[in-house]
Amino acid sequence: MSWDISDIKNWGPDKHEKGAVIPEAGNAVGYRTGGWRTNRPVRDDETCTQCLFCYFYCPDSSVIVEGQEVVDFDLDHCKGCAQCATECPVDAITMHPEAEFRRKS
Amino acid sequence: MATTEKLMAVTGNQAVAMAMKQIDPDVVAAYPITPQTDVVQSYSQYVADGEVQTEFVTVESEHSAMSACIGSAAAGARTMTATSSAGFALMWEVVYVAASMRLPIVMTTVNRALSGPINIHCDHSDSMGGRDSGWIQIYNEDAQEAYDATVMSFPIAEHPDVSLPLMNMYDGFIISGAIGPLRPLSDAAVKDFIGEKPAVLNLLDSEHPVTFGPFDGLHGWYFEHKIAQNRAMEAALPVIQETYDRFAEVTGRQYQHLMCYDMEDADVAIVVIGSAAGTARTVMAKLKAEGLKVGLVKIRTFRPFPTAEIARVLSGVKAVAVLDRADSFGAMGGPLYLEILAALYHEGVHTKTVNCIYGLGGRDLYPQNIEDVFRMLADAAGGADLPQSRVYLNMKGE
Ligand code: SF4
Ligand code: SF4
Repeated sequence: MSWDISDIKNWGPDKHEKGAVIPEAGNAVGYRTGGWRTNRPVRDDETCTQCLFCYFYCPDSSVIVEGQEVVDFDLDHCKGCAQCATECPVDAITMHPEAEFRRKS
Repeated sequence: MATTEKLMAVTGNQAVAMAMKQIDPDVVAAYPITPQTDVVQSYSQYVADGEVQTEFVTVESEHSAMSACIGSAAAGARTMTATSSAGFALMWEVVYVAASMRLPIVMTTVNRALSGPINIHCDHSDSMGGRDSGWIQIYNEDAQEAYDATVMSFPIAEHPDVSLPLMNMYDGFIISGAIGPLRPLSDAAVKDFIGEKPAVLNLLDSEHPVTFGPFDGLHGWYFEHKIAQNRAMEAALPVIQETYDRFAEVTGRQYQHLMCYDMEDADVAIVVIGSAAGTARTVMAKLKAEGLKVGLVKIRTFRPFPTAEIARVLSGVKAVAVLDRADSFGAMGGPLYLEILAALYHEGVHTKTVNCIYGLGGRDLYPQNIEDVFRMLADAAGGADLPQSRVYLNMKGE
């Protein structure tokens, strides 16, 4: 089913499902949890060997793979934990303070 | 089809186990505790003998019993359990979860005192402590009422406007273990009365996967969900009465939220819950023969509380004694007394009231104790003052 929660901030008691049931599977993807990240992973494509360790280790499924290759990070959900950077065997991922990106933009 | 069977003699626990057998719920998850034990013991025998289809989950504690019930009900299964006293107390955390998840679990709570000193006998301190947990609470006087209430439970709890868990109470030992008359319904009549479980969102519907029990976030909708629970309670009041009425059509036994005895012309009245109502009625017969205009109100539906109705019923009497079989330490009186005072104030009814505490830890309540209360009320109706503090019935030493 498609559960329209675009206006959920304004929902009163009778709008919700009984017992706080969420009547749709997988919609947590719409909940942006990346906002609390203080360090952002940056991958150097030159160094990366596409071993996919970062993809498997990321606890938030935030390493985006297309085909067989890592292409990007899902910054809406990456929490900046640096597990990807720690596990990368060739140190292709470095962590950078989020503030640097804010200043640039 | 014969709707009812022949009159039989059973204990309260046997009566409820029989009702459960006729309901044949999908799941029973329970742990034995005195004085509830032979409800689940009898039921496990029905399971072992193949008389029911139920999946019986033997758990290691009451916390697990209620947790298993929650999982089962969330999976869409009709789910029942039973407990007493410390077992109910051990369920405490998840009792609230069952209600907030709006799962129509049906539980028999055979009333027994909470420790300490450790005591296995009847009082209402166990279930009264759970009165704010969000469960519907129905209190029963005898085995027949307990049986009937069990049969009526799922149509109330599963009603789409309600979707709340429901607990049925009756007095430990006095009713649970004593043999009394029971006129059960036929198996077919029970099946017919409870009908099919309405379709709801559930965990086993793989076509429509859903999430139960999500974290509400830091600034979510907990507040709104609590309001929804209260609205469901308000909706339950008429649903319960409709169910009582429909049951009367089948059995001829008409229940009300409040069962009134001789209240039409009463000058004074006692309000009571549970088996003490029977004792009170025998005393009333004697006092009425003397010309005293005494009445009795027995509370069946305690959650949701029939506030307007109790105030209306008591508006005509000059003095009321509220008998509590549990206390609320440090409060103005026992839980039923507080509820009734609030109802009277809210509806603008000014009548003299007194709170009598009785039966804690199974202390006997003798006909003479009730007679004393009625005579105290009669004096008050004639102008005397009623005690402002608790009156303890059958207390030792004073
Ligand atoms: S920093 Fe953590 S959350 Fe973000 S992509 Fe790397 S492993 Fe995943
Ligand atoms: S772990 Fe390092 S080398 Fe392996 S795919 Fe990720 S970034 Fe590339």
